[in-house]
Amino acid sequence: MTDQNGQEATRRDFIYIAAGGAVALGGAFTLWPFIDQMNPAADTLALASIRIDTAAIETGEQITVNWRGGPVFLRRRTEDEIAEAEAVDVDSLPDPVARNDNLSADAPATEENRSAGNGTLLIVKGNCTHLGCVPLGEAGDYDGWYCPCHGSHYDTAGRIRRGPAPENLGVPPLSWTSETEVQIG
Amino acid sequence: MSGPSTYEPKTGFTRWLDSRLPIVRLGWDSFVDFPTPRNLNYWWTFGGVLAIFLMIQIVTGIVLAMHYVPHVDHAFESVQRIRRDVPFGWLLQSLHANGASFFFIAVYIHMFRGLYYGSYKAPRELLWILGVVIYLLMMATGFLGYTLPWGQMSFWGATVITNLFGAIPVVGEALREWLWGGFSVGGATLNRFFSLHYLLPFVIAGVVGLHIWALHVPGNGNPTGIEVKTKKDTLPFHPYYTVKDGFAILVFLTVFLAFAFFMPNVLGHADNFIPADSLVTPSHIVPEWYYLPFYAILRAITFDIGPIDARLGGVLAMFGSIGILFVLPWLDTSPIRSMRYRPIARWFFLIFVAACLALGWCGAKNPDDIIIAMGTDAEGHATGFTVLTFAQILTAYYFAYFLVILPVLGFTERPKPRPASIEASVLGDNAAQPAQ
Repeated sequence: MTDQNGQEATRRDFIYIAAGGAVALGGAFTLWPFIDQMNPAADTLALASIRIDTAAIETGEQITVNWRGGPVFLRRRTEDEIAEAEAVDVDSLPDPVARNDNLSADAPATEENRSAGNGTLLIVKGNCTHLGCVPLGEAGDYDGWYCPCHGSHYDTAGRIRRGPAPENLGVPPLSWTSETEVQIG
Repeated sequence: MSGPSTYEPKTGFTRWLDSRLPIVRLGWDSFVDFPTPRNLNYWWTFGGVLAIFLMIQIVTGIVLAMHYVPHVDHAFESVQRIRRDVPFGWLLQSLHANGASFFFIAVYIHMFRGLYYGSYKAPRELLWILGVVIYLLMMATGFLGYTLPWGQMSFWGATVITNLFGAIPVVGEALREWLWGGFSVGGATLNRFFSLHYLLPFVIAGVVGLHIWALHVPGNGNPTGIEVKTKKDTLPFHPYYTVKDGFAILVFLTVFLAFAFFMPNVLGHADNFIPADSLVTPSHIVPEWYYLPFYAILRAITFDIGPIDARLGGVLAMFGSIGILFVLPWLDTSPIRSMRYRPIARWFFLIFVAACLALGWCGAKNPDDIIIAMGTDAEGHATGFTVLTFAQILTAYYFAYFLVILPVLGFTERPKPRPASIEASVLGDNAAQPAQ
């Protein structure tokens, strides 16, 4: 190996490159703790699941619970509202994917794939998928939710129908611990 | 313009100091004998105003930090305690909150001055770019600071802005959680925002140093846009411009203090007197007034552009509207600096200023509000010319001004004759010469 002056590479060249490489690598390793400290801490991650008794939610009623610092809606819908959600052609939706953490990522956004799997109950994350505001219940042009911040309309299955939001309201990880008690997360 | 130094130390001590640390010489050459064009008007005084406001914000901020508690359970009450219980806390908090607003008023005038008089053109491109960097740092600092009182607008403003980063493909979600330090805006977010809000003003002060350094190499521009040619074109900075700047600063401070003393909450928002609630969003979220034009641009993109969905498109347009300022020196093709001598460009400029103000108005409105009603649609809803449509037209003009109008005008516009020199423009020599 020769350099541009035709000189052979020397031990000094090797030490020079090796030292430079070690500094670059060491710098990257040193930087990482300063970046990673910003990620959610262990105690924040530990608060990742809650249990709720759904027996007291009447038909037509919605409750909001706090999960991971944000709202989750639990809504016991009427038969009309479910019929309205079933009547929609999934392919015509702005976001035809279920966005259900309990199903595969490409499951279609049918009423069945959106529901909480326990009667008429719907459980969705309560932050608009646009920029995170909390949509208002039983509002908007599709009888579901309406986000006042930037005007997104969601239907009775929490699916985006109109407005700037790109995705349906997400269904969080759910497991039923009894007939009426559900664990979120 | 920074010629040989004229400083002559007069005492034994200053001679001793000058040969070891020539700091008095630096101050003398920069702010006393610095040759400054003799025709600067009052639009040139806002640099001095801005320096004063940076100091006001740092000094009031440091003392407020002695009383503020950056914790989700105490932040809101600690700010109210400052306003009610801490001796002169009402004054210090009001100066700091209103100071941010007046800081932005001054920076917008300063920037429009630069746009009108072509201050960004060679050899001052880096000076302009450093100014845009300062402006971005100011926006970040203002946003972080607005979060700290932890009211409803603080919380939801922070939520909406941090969610913008979620629009970035692939890494968006992870980036958002990294910014939050959790799964939503919360305690970890408040702590880091406080830390960074304390840091950034000092970063601004550092970049201001570079900005002034870059100013003092070519020297000030001036309303004619003609460079200084002889010593007759200039005056020493002191006393001519220390007095002129000082007078402007006092007038500006008078208006500022009228707000700080008598209407301390006029520029704020009523919802920020409600403590933050992560489960309820205010019915109408608006940012602080100085971000409204950019908020309107963000919301104006409601359609997909090729593979870019509407949300990412809005975010790109918003950041792009500031990012475009970085390349402005190379977009404006006209060799004439000052729009005094650009009869067509000055009209487009005035429309541009009006468009920025109108975008601010749109940002404060609900996008679906109707400006001009035009009957009802089939379902009986009122229709017409909406705020959204208006904002989309204004956004198109905003970008067209930089990407089409300024590049094209440089080739097509016929400039008016310019004076031979700064001295001639001031001292009545009307023997104007044609543009070269």
